[in-house]
Amino acid sequence: MRNLAPLYWAEAKMSMQQQAQYRGVAFINVLGFLIEPIVYLVVWRTVAEQAGAINGYGVDEFTAYYIVWTLVRVFNLALAPGAWDWWVSSGRISNDLLHPVSPYHRNLSGFAGAKIVWIAVWIPVAIFLALLFRPGIQPTLFQAGMLFVSAWAGYVIRFNILYVMGLLSFWTTRAQALIEVVIALELLLSGRLVPMAVMPQWVQDVSSWLPFKWTFEFPIEVFIGQLTTTEIWQGLGYQAGWILITSAGYVLLWKRAIKKFTAVGS
Amino acid sequence: MASVVVDHLTKTFKVPVREEGFANSVKSLFHREYRQVEAVKQVSFALEPGEIVGFLGPNGAGKTTTLKMLSGLLYPTDGDADVIGYRPWERDPEFLTRSALVMGNRNSLNWDLPVADTLDVRRAMYRIPRSDYEQRRERFTEVLGVGDLLTKPVRNLSLGERMKVEILASLLPAPPVLFLDEPTLGLDLSMQKRIREFVGEYAAEEGATILLTSHYMADVTALCERVIVIHRGSLLFDGDLADLSERFGAGKTVTVTVAGEMPDVSSYGEVVERGSSKAVLDVSKDTVAGVASRLLADLAVVDLSIEDPPIEDVIESTFASGDAAADATQEAPRT
Repeated sequence: MRNLAPLYWAEAKMSMQQQAQYRGVAFINVLGFLIEPIVYLVVWRTVAEQAGAINGYGVDEFTAYYIVWTLVRVFNLALAPGAWDWWVSSGRISNDLLHPVSPYHRNLSGFAGAKIVWIAVWIPVAIFLALLFRPGIQPTLFQAGMLFVSAWAGYVIRFNILYVMGLLSFWTTRAQALIEVVIALELLLSGRLVPMAVMPQWVQDVSSWLPFKWTFEFPIEVFIGQLTTTEIWQGLGYQAGWILITSAGYVLLWKRAIKKFTAVGS
Repeated sequence: MASVVVDHLTKTFKVPVREEGFANSVKSLFHREYRQVEAVKQVSFALEPGEIVGFLGPNGAGKTTTLKMLSGLLYPTDGDADVIGYRPWERDPEFLTRSALVMGNRNSLNWDLPVADTLDVRRAMYRIPRSDYEQRRERFTEVLGVGDLLTKPVRNLSLGERMKVEILASLLPAPPVLFLDEPTLGLDLSMQKRIREFVGEYAAEEGATILLTSHYMADVTALCERVIVIHRGSLLFDGDLADLSERFGAGKTVTVTVAGEMPDVSSYGEVVERGSSKAVLDVSKDTVAGVASRLLADLAVVDLSIEDPPIEDVIESTFASGDAAADATQEAPRT
């Protein structure tokens, strides 16, 4: 088994340098992420103020949920599958295929490194949001530690899902339609739009069979105190399982995908 | 034992075809037609360790497709290849570490960061021991004259500068097999020369096997004794560069200078160029000795030289003969 740790570190470091060079862009990106959760936050706070708590979510919980949402969103940003269309059809991927390590590792570690800078940019934004909306939660050190672990695990799962979808570009240059469907499912079933507890029971049942909630809702709930210690450990187990499944999906598809590569345009 | 053995390598692409116009566009929604394009047809050759071989052919001949198969980028449709003991398209990490494909005018470095940062990632990716890395980096930097470029972001480099650091980055793992695809494309003459010298030195010091494609004959004549010519996907010639001239060079170039005014010399051969006292003639190989004797006997010759035609002309003549052969094959009746 090849030791990839030095490569992961070198790529992450290079990516951090790159993001630091464009720190203004990183700041604007993080601000851009805020629009979506602030809309959700304002809507659901209003609903909770008028209708009371919904399945354990009151004003404080919704507020905390959407503030932590912004951090988890920064964590689970991954290579957009749409990038593959151009990457493959233009032949630009040739450069990466000539190296002895799959571009998967470079992309995974590169995005991980970029997050360090994005998170540094996120901290003042989170403090501002917390002062503005004052979420009434008291997370423990354990919950904070588990948020860190589960958010990284969520990143790997989401990275794998998007990567596998991106690999479809080796078969068709028009994979975007399918990608849009999966992104829509993710929006509904991950807790990105609303906490799954607010959704109908059958939607919650469907989401429990899919990987999406483990990339988004689970790390948030870990931190805002919606889960027991046992549920947190079980959740981490599910995340490990989804990492294995999605990684296996990547390995199987990657071997077939590169056989399809025609290297046109390079 | 040969470093590279190519055995009847073939690559066919399936290409969609559609007639122009809206009606055909609608028709193609229901019924798509494809045609098979044979980019490389049954190509076979072998390269010995340390050989630098020119791989020539006109645009679309199949050179780059062959290099991509040999570097593990493309799966062949048929045939086999062995490169330093590996089948390239199996993409063994050890093979990918020990071979390199450098494509001219392509950027594989991080656009935004200084070159040195990308080189550091390469060190980690290719697991180059730090002492080897530092020693090679220093040596290559010196030979290529790129010391002051290492701290510059790649986007601030000129094309020539970028090509030099691309080559430096590709050679850091010291690959014993190197495929160079138009490494001097778009560069000025001095930059071309610098890169040629570097490639020559690298091959000599590392004993590397190099397969080089280039449309600049200066690259080929400076580095390669042997050339392989491919045309329309098929191998047309494999041998010494001198033999290529012998086989495909239509004649010899005779340059004659006389004392006083140059008379009409069209009876000696095809006049390529004529000045007041100097003429350049194209003379067939068989008659060149006789023509030279006659010129010396008939005219007040001050200077006379007999040379092979420029290699560019020989290559052009080679491709033309390939075209003729391919056309003849296509027109031949089939049963």
